[in-house]
Amino acid sequence: MSARADRVPGRARREGRAGLAFVAPALGLIVVFFVLPVVAGFLLASTDFDIYAIRDLATARFIGLANFAALLHDPVFWKALGNTFYFVLVGGPLSVAVSLGVAMILNARLVRFKGLFRTVYFAPVVTTMVAVATVWRFLYHPRFGVLNQLLGVVGIAPVNWLGDPHWAMPAIILMSVWKNFGYNMIIFVAGLQSIPGTLYEAARVDGAGPMQQLRHITLPSLRPMLVFVSIITMIGYFQLFTEPYVLTGGTGGPLNATLSLVMYMYKQGFRWWNIGFGATVALVLFLIILAGTLLQLRFQRERE
Amino acid sequence: MTPGTHPAHPKGNRLSMAVRVWVGGALLAATLALLSACGGPTRHATVLFWALGREGEVVQSLLPEFERANPGVRVQVQQIPFTAAHEKLLTAFVGGSTPDVAQLGNTWIPELVALGALEPLGTRVRASSLGPAEFFPGIWATNEIDGEPYGVPWYVDTRVLFYRSDLFAKASVTRPPRSWDEWRDTMRRVKALPGGDHYAMLMPTDEWAQPVVLALQAGAGLLRDGGRRADFKEPNFRRAFSFYVSLFAERLAPPLGLAQVANLYQQFADGYFASVITGPWNLEKFRLRLPPERQGDWATAPLAAMREADYPGVSLAGGSSIVIFRPSTKKDVAFRLVEFLADPKQQLAFYRLTGDLPARTAVWDDPALVGEPHLLAFREQLRHVTPMPRVPEWERIATAIAEATERVILGQQTEDQSLDQLQTEVDRMLEKRRFLLDRHPAGASP
Repeated sequence: MSARADRVPGRARREGRAGLAFVAPALGLIVVFFVLPVVAGFLLASTDFDIYAIRDLATARFIGLANFAALLHDPVFWKALGNTFYFVLVGGPLSVAVSLGVAMILNARLVRFKGLFRTVYFAPVVTTMVAVATVWRFLYHPRFGVLNQLLGVVGIAPVNWLGDPHWAMPAIILMSVWKNFGYNMIIFVAGLQSIPGTLYEAARVDGAGPMQQLRHITLPSLRPMLVFVSIITMIGYFQLFTEPYVLTGGTGGPLNATLSLVMYMYKQGFRWWNIGFGATVALVLFLIILAGTLLQLRFQRERE
Repeated sequence: MTPGTHPAHPKGNRLSMAVRVWVGGALLAATLALLSACGGPTRHATVLFWALGREGEVVQSLLPEFERANPGVRVQVQQIPFTAAHEKLLTAFVGGSTPDVAQLGNTWIPELVALGALEPLGTRVRASSLGPAEFFPGIWATNEIDGEPYGVPWYVDTRVLFYRSDLFAKASVTRPPRSWDEWRDTMRRVKALPGGDHYAMLMPTDEWAQPVVLALQAGAGLLRDGGRRADFKEPNFRRAFSFYVSLFAERLAPPLGLAQVANLYQQFADGYFASVITGPWNLEKFRLRLPPERQGDWATAPLAAMREADYPGVSLAGGSSIVIFRPSTKKDVAFRLVEFLADPKQQLAFYRLTGDLPARTAVWDDPALVGEPHLLAFREQLRHVTPMPRVPEWERIATAIAEATERVILGQQTEDQSLDQLQTEVDRMLEKRRFLLDRHPAGASP
């Protein structure tokens, strides 16, 4: 008895050590490529590390929370924050709604060539952003763009899509929704297919119309997908970068109307080499996304 | 685990020995093959040369001659896309993997000097045939920081006026404008020509080049106190700023950003705009992409000055230089490559291959350049170029200037509000520079 009691912890310890040895490479990679950069990011955010500090580290000053203070007084940061929220709050729900709508149409029994349409709608998702943006730049062209020519047919004056600060963000949202809805659509299609047909049958027998079926059967059954899709979409949309970067030639113009937080961070860190300040922006973005995710999870849990 | 308990072990040992001998032999053979492929195992140096964009492709055809003239030296060219070059140079320097020699846009020199990445070339230049007198003075100056050269000009560019001579003639304009007043008058006449929606000039609102050129022509210094403070509220800058934004208020230029100009060449050919300020890279493009029947209808001219007496007005001193990186261990060989690329014969060959304008003034007397009518304006303009303020923060400041003009053009702010904001922003950007300069009062250039 006592001998066995002795042996077991010894063996457990040995097994534990072996286990540790097996996960060590993965842990090592996580520490080197994830933990260290995050810690370095925190440290950088409290310094004014910049181009001068790359030459001589001694010129980097520890400035505590001064970067955050400067950020709060920077009108461009507020503009970028506002733009990002505009994009997330308008573009996010719109994208989810379009995905759901298209998924339901594709799932309708009357629609033919479902495979073809699914592929066609998914195609933009796997197309290179740069190619897509180049094409959309032509669609948005104030003089030759198809969009303005279509508007002209109905008698609407041409819109300077990417040149007018009021229209630039809607233009970005329109393109992003078109580019991204296919991915969520596939998830919704899978979800719709897993809803048993008997539920709808029973509802019809009870006299439920299409709207009631949507409200009381489709949406509740899709809740897990909706949670997943809205969180992923929100996180992705908060990281808005490529769309305005390519459509506006890297400026975030006109008048910073399409400058997103990530673009602002990129400009500060990699274009102006204000790495300390850039790290501060990254941290703020991280906190916002974290808060958004927690809020959404809490909201969904309360509803359940 | 002792060897005795495992009978297989000695055998394994023997096997691994055999493998080792075999691998060793193979490596030796491969090394020998490599050495002989390089022209014998005599002493030789490989110079790593980073060149950008199309130049990086074309320069390779010049290098065999350099290698013949310098036995034992090989040049390995790595081609870097222009758009990625800035970040790549920085990461290479931080990571300690810079090349020996590189092509560098001359406005990046102050930044890389601030990093301590570039080798000062003063001593080597003085001992060579490459003196400031051999180059356009404004272009040479872009390579000097506090009197020390850090690069040797390779090719140059500046911006001149490209205009539709037929439209100018139709508007009874007899010569390219020489003063701002004459220029504005010319633009008004061209704008008044009959025909649909059209403009006298294209000046992309997100480009800093045009407002900065005008400011330099007005005699603005842009920065003061040795680059410690912004200087945007003095009368010269203000005059240039007002002139620039008034061209949009009068609808002489369309309020479009660069990304919105779908096809510059087609719109120029259609007469949507009758003139544009641009650089030598567009000479070949205009020849190739304007329709043949339009080829006689365009011309180039040096920029107008604020006052006619100062004609031609100054323009930007752009172009690329060749630099040597400080960590290089082959600086002597590297400098021979710099001398080779700056040699008039090679400069001419390079011009023929790329259309890039030679930095050596002597080459401009060659018939190949003299006989080219569109180059006359460039020849004249290159004698009147001014470097930008040589501070590492320059690119950021330039962007802020463009944004300040954009705010007024798009009607978001008045001129005063915009200039106030610009002044504050740029002063803030220079805070670190002030701190460093005032900490080491004698310190050269951070």
